[in-house]
Amino acid sequence: MSEAPRRSWSRRLLSNRNVVAGLLILTVVVAAALAADLVSTHDPRRLDPPSRLSPPSAAHYLGTDEFGRDVWSLVIHGSRVSLAVGLTTMLLTSLGGILIGLVAGYYRRLDLPLMRVMDGLMAFPAILLAIALMAARGPGVWNVIFALSVVYTPRTALLIRSTVLSIRETDYVQAARALGRRDLGVAVRHILPNCVGPLLVQGSFIFAYAILAEAILGFLGVGVPPYVPSWGNVIASGKNVIREAFWVSLFPGVALTLSGLSLNLLGDGLRDTLDPRLRVP
Amino acid sequence: MTAYLVRRILALVPVLAVVVTVVFLLIHLIPGDPVSVMLGPDATPAQIQATRQALGLDRPLPEQLLKFYARMLRGDLGQSYFLDRPVTTALLERAEPTLVLTVSALLVAVVIGVPSGIVAAARPGSLWDRFLMLSALLGVCVPGFWLSLNFIYLFAVRLGWLPAAGYASLLVDPLAALRYMVLPAVSLGFSQSALIARISRSCMLEALQQDYIRTARAKGLSQGTVTWIHAFRNALVPVVTVIGITTAILIGGAVVTEIVFNIPGLGRLIISAVFRRDYPVVQGVILVTATAYVLINLVVDVLYVFIDPRIRYE
Repeated sequence: MSEAPRRSWSRRLLSNRNVVAGLLILTVVVAAALAADLVSTHDPRRLDPPSRLSPPSAAHYLGTDEFGRDVWSLVIHGSRVSLAVGLTTMLLTSLGGILIGLVAGYYRRLDLPLMRVMDGLMAFPAILLAIALMAARGPGVWNVIFALSVVYTPRTALLIRSTVLSIRETDYVQAARALGRRDLGVAVRHILPNCVGPLLVQGSFIFAYAILAEAILGFLGVGVPPYVPSWGNVIASGKNVIREAFWVSLFPGVALTLSGLSLNLLGDGLRDTLDPRLRVP
Repeated sequence: MTAYLVRRILALVPVLAVVVTVVFLLIHLIPGDPVSVMLGPDATPAQIQATRQALGLDRPLPEQLLKFYARMLRGDLGQSYFLDRPVTTALLERAEPTLVLTVSALLVAVVIGVPSGIVAAARPGSLWDRFLMLSALLGVCVPGFWLSLNFIYLFAVRLGWLPAAGYASLLVDPLAALRYMVLPAVSLGFSQSALIARISRSCMLEALQQDYIRTARAKGLSQGTVTWIHAFRNALVPVVTVIGITTAILIGGAVVTEIVFNIPGLGRLIISAVFRRDYPVVQGVILVTATAYVLINLVVDVLYVFIDPRIRYE
């Protein structure tokens, strides 16, 4: 198997259809979140009881909900919560995963206890553990991020640990250690760079899981507070009026699906490009 | 085999110990004083003190943890304040709907997933293969709870074919139970069928490339025999693992599905417990589901040995 030259890395990435499609959709979602105030037509929190449950029209592109809030503006603003929670969870799980994975892979004495703790955390169905953590901490954006980071860090830790284990026996790491480099130096200079690829792949999937999980928690009423416009909260309020106004739950769900699709495409594409061995045929 | 089983069961001990510790620590994650949070703003200091003593929260942390382990070993999950009964009783009362839902969804997932994956693998690259794999991708991305709402709108509100929500026990009224269960089971099982389809397809593709398949074809066996008798059985091993993973995901998904369809199972129990700050019930539900997950994986590992005689269990 020939090693592709470093130069073509970004070009190979951009010649992958999945990556391009994923990036395109993601760009639209990010743009909507950044320009939310410009793109939305109404204040998403403004109640307007007289025009409650109006179907999609020129005044309300995607209709209104049971309080007369504009669904289009709610969906646009909801992308902020979703992306913020997804991105922060991805960053925190990567940090936590790197830390735990490096320690476990490097110090054999800590490996077993750390891995048993990770196994124990992964024994809980993800969404139930998140619900229980939310029960203890109470509603709020940071509590959602905390809960989801606890839930998803073990997967990243396992990934980093196995990468570390396979790298630490290679000749160049042995050589660096023989030259007297400290553990931390070896870890940062020689081992971490090898983790970047797997981390990016895993990161896009965790981003997708976190967005979905945030919406589920919001839908169940245990996520961000109900007055915050988030996709899960809007879908939950749409559930109560599904007989009269299907549009309230329909459109935030479309946004949720598209975001999940973009990150899954991106993750699949990154995996195919960065590590062809992991490719699902 | 017995030695293998014993070893596998012993390996569960540390994992379950961690599970119990996490469940224990939950109370201590409550910001501020857990007891005043539990009892609400109307509680008097005397009540708070009494409850704190009753829960043992006035003792040092290690002592509390040891007592908690001891209680769990006795199967005592505590008392639900709101429901006014032991948590184990509450769990047992609510277990049936969740169990029925999870098993039905698993059936749906396997019945849709395995055949679609195999048919796709039989002609890789065909239109059918691409269509299936596209639906599998969509199945992964479409949120199950949102799909449920759309199903309710289409099949219950618009077409009126099925009830929008509710539950009937299989033991009491099997026909009604079936009607109530169709939508929840399909919407929960659908997204998992996508995962199962992807895995069965890739396992089947791998199995079809083996030498013994060529031999079987060379012997003049029909395409159907080769696919279903020779390749299928060998593709089954990884699929069984995935079904194990799927069951765990389904237990989590069942919680959400129960809320959508108003099914009185463990999911509804934990969500109402969250709103009532009934922490022993929250702890009980996650403890039981995590234990179920661990046991399901044990069963899957053991099944493995039976399906694939090449796997040794020394």
